[in-house]
Amino acid sequence: MSWEVVIGLEIHAQLTTKSKIFSGASIAYGAAPNSQACAIDLGMPGMLPVVNHAVIGKGIALGIALNAELGKKQVFDRKNYFYPDLPKGYQTTQMDYPIVGKGYLDIDVDGETKRIGVTRAHLEEDAGKSNHGIVPGMTGIDLNRAGTPLLEIVSEPDLSSAQEAVAYARKMHELVTFLGICDGNMQEGSFRVDSNVSVRRPGEPLGTRAELKNINSFRFIEKAIEFEIERQIDLIESGGKVVQETRLYDSETNTTRSMRTKEEANDYRYFPCPDLLPVRITDEDIDAVKVTMPELPDAKRARYVAELGLSEYDAGVLTSSRAMAEYFESLYKHTGSKDAKVCANWITSDLAGALNKAGLDISESPITEEMLAGMITRILDDTISGKIAKQVFDAMWNGEGSADEIIEAKGLKQITDSGAIEALVDEVLAANPSQVEAYKGGQEKMLGYFVGQVMKASGGQANPGQVNKILKEKLSS
Amino acid sequence: MLHTLSVKQMSEKLHAGEISSVELTLHYLDRISKYDPELNAYVTVTPELALEMAREADERLKNGTAGILTGIPVAHKDIFCTDGVKTSCSSKMLDNFIAPYDAHVVTLLKKAGMPILGKTNMDEFAMGSSSESSYYGPTKNPWDLNAVPGGSSGGAAAVIAANLAPMATGTDTGGSIRQPASFCGITGIKPTYGTVSRFGIIAYASSFDQAGPMTRSAEESAWMLNAMSEFDQRDSTCLEMERPDFAASLGDSLDGLKVGVPAEYFGEGLDPEVEKIVKDAIAEIEKLGATTVSVSLPNKDLAVPSYYVLAPAEASSNLSRYDGVRFGYRCENPADLQDLYKRSRAEGFGAEVKRRIMVGAYALSAGYYDAYYLKAQRLRRMVRDDFTNAFEQCDVIMGPVAPTPAFNIGEKTDDPTSMYLADLYTIPVNLGGFPGMSVPAGFAKGRPVGLHIVGPYFSEAKLLNIGHQFQQVTDWHKQVPAQYQ
Repeated sequence: MSWEVVIGLEIHAQLTTKSKIFSGASIAYGAAPNSQACAIDLGMPGMLPVVNHAVIGKGIALGIALNAELGKKQVFDRKNYFYPDLPKGYQTTQMDYPIVGKGYLDIDVDGETKRIGVTRAHLEEDAGKSNHGIVPGMTGIDLNRAGTPLLEIVSEPDLSSAQEAVAYARKMHELVTFLGICDGNMQEGSFRVDSNVSVRRPGEPLGTRAELKNINSFRFIEKAIEFEIERQIDLIESGGKVVQETRLYDSETNTTRSMRTKEEANDYRYFPCPDLLPVRITDEDIDAVKVTMPELPDAKRARYVAELGLSEYDAGVLTSSRAMAEYFESLYKHTGSKDAKVCANWITSDLAGALNKAGLDISESPITEEMLAGMITRILDDTISGKIAKQVFDAMWNGEGSADEIIEAKGLKQITDSGAIEALVDEVLAANPSQVEAYKGGQEKMLGYFVGQVMKASGGQANPGQVNKILKEKLSS
Repeated sequence: MLHTLSVKQMSEKLHAGEISSVELTLHYLDRISKYDPELNAYVTVTPELALEMAREADERLKNGTAGILTGIPVAHKDIFCTDGVKTSCSSKMLDNFIAPYDAHVVTLLKKAGMPILGKTNMDEFAMGSSSESSYYGPTKNPWDLNAVPGGSSGGAAAVIAANLAPMATGTDTGGSIRQPASFCGITGIKPTYGTVSRFGIIAYASSFDQAGPMTRSAEESAWMLNAMSEFDQRDSTCLEMERPDFAASLGDSLDGLKVGVPAEYFGEGLDPEVEKIVKDAIAEIEKLGATTVSVSLPNKDLAVPSYYVLAPAEASSNLSRYDGVRFGYRCENPADLQDLYKRSRAEGFGAEVKRRIMVGAYALSAGYYDAYYLKAQRLRRMVRDDFTNAFEQCDVIMGPVAPTPAFNIGEKTDDPTSMYLADLYTIPVNLGGFPGMSVPAGFAKGRPVGLHIVGPYFSEAKLLNIGHQFQQVTDWHKQVPAQYQ
């Protein structure tokens, strides 16, 4: 009998504000422990929170992108529990009145589009970090992260495989980075995915779920969920019962293990935070966010295909991040908006390959879009061939200057003078009489051989189109 | 004797150069060292800070940058964080806490040039009506050392009554300015919620806490309220609006003033002597041109139960930060994290604080939230609406502040419920966030009794003028206990 998998994700996206959600302290990553925690973050007596209104606009942007209901009235609540890295003894979050209500996100898996419900997204403050083991036998508390603004995005349990879960997480990652509301850095914890996984027999009520936490790559999320599904099925089939618990994934062994069970869970005693007034947003606030929002990935992809004639694949690669799309659009513009396909090819093949090899993000590319545009312009005006362009590209990558400087310095300019090409063709034909005979005898594929010889004789600089044309003329005469 | 001068007279002499702020401050410091040992009204006295500030005030008085309160010493309730000074909230938990910042009120009164004499005693974390729950022992009532001074701002009320400071700050969550003002025969006003910034005031129940002045006269309270209230963006509940000149109406006639007298405030449990004093005071105000009208506050009895769910609920959360981890009391040799939490809190908090934390945590817990917290919120709105409706028929409401004059030390400590019921007239005002004032109106069995004046939102200037007019024709506010004259 088959099993049905039910997965829901909770994603914590750290918002790209300068300061914390309720204080003026910086949220920059990597500072010395406790150097970015002010009296408010430390929960000192008499200190009060003040909402950083930058977080509201970012939440609204996500809500619009998810086609969600927006919370016109938002209330911050206190979630009470004791933990050393929670300075006030409560986390300020949104319980009953979140900023983003019901919405959805469409994902593509195996060429099929599936609509995944988003239950809600709410604003909250992050806790600090407990560092075990820095001092033996002691726990170090770093409160730099305490008060960092988070948007917790909760999905419906609409995901039915590890593959779908990861597709959803990736899509959400793409969306928040596109919107510029989160930097998406999973290593630094800016984008954290918790997966609630359960299995059941078709038609039966929902099974008991286990939560997988703190997995910092999409690949490991997929593996962890796959392992967890297997574990639960094996457990049930061998007569056991799944218990509700939080499990940690170990990427070394590709297994999950129990961290804590829900019996130890707290009663959080939620209630509205009396230090903060409800936040009200108006249609004008929403409109103000709308006009600042970038074109979203789905719309961009559709436009690249319909208007620029790109393939679905290229459009997908070019919209994989906002930086990528911005690079492409800037490149296209700098080349006079003539040939999107050529621009796309250079990005998706040579540039992407080089960046990947060097471990760089496109925003860190040593070849700027202006530089690449300079080179493509020379391809489009026949100054260089596509093949020579690869040499120019490598030279630009190595910092040897602009395309024009490199073409000039290396004498890579394409031979387009038909007289010069004719002379080369005559030379090659004269040197290969037997091949000319063969061609005239009907072996037309010999043409490629001649083209190659002519190109070789020109040092690669002859315009291949012209070579072709002149060769054909000469051979048919 | 300098302490027998009114603040107005002190200010005139300071500006005229007849006395200096250092002289005035030293005079009060002397009195404190002489009388405070028996009253226990101060937790901390800050002579060095006071004299340094007095010298600065004298500079300002000379160079013409002084205001009306420049050079007048002040005592802050030990709930106001004061930079570099121990701020204990009268709790063992914060006995070692030296605040690294000033409460906004402290900042403003420093700006006004008021030398800080010290920090006054109070009920621990402002939870109480007698100042007996202080870790530092009870404050005594200057009118009768066997009596409590009221609470939680009992130390503040006592220092004004005994002339150990000319002006003091207090906070009022359920009556903590007005009830001690009544018990000690001084004037105190709790302004509309949101008038004074709560920044740097150690929180008890955030949606009720509000600071105000405690002085001898209504006029002095008006000046001090002017100095201590302004919009402060560091407190999200602080009202973003221009503050009126609270002293501007002093001198207005009370002709045509409609005084609402709620039958519910004169019912069972009210001491007959207190009743008579309050009624006589209202009659006095009628003589000044006011008329009375009967109003009804039918949900008055819901106020105390509502308050004793909501305030502890907020407190249970507000006091979670005292966990022994970052500041404040930490137990000796904790075995593990749980032990650290449990013993630090068990040893650091007193009985009343623990009682309210437990009550509050219970009211918020899963399965009880609707029955307690949400229901109490509904009652809170009903009580508020009572007042809103009453204010359609009258300008202000008058009645008693407390059902009795000051009770004896130890009289109610074993019976929390009777202690809670002592606040039945003041709590409804906090539930609604309305301004309320107590002005001295007489004595019962040798102990002072205050008149309670409550107004609609933002009616402080009107309340202060009513108090001021009353004080023009009475001299209850000028009475000083014999040994502190």
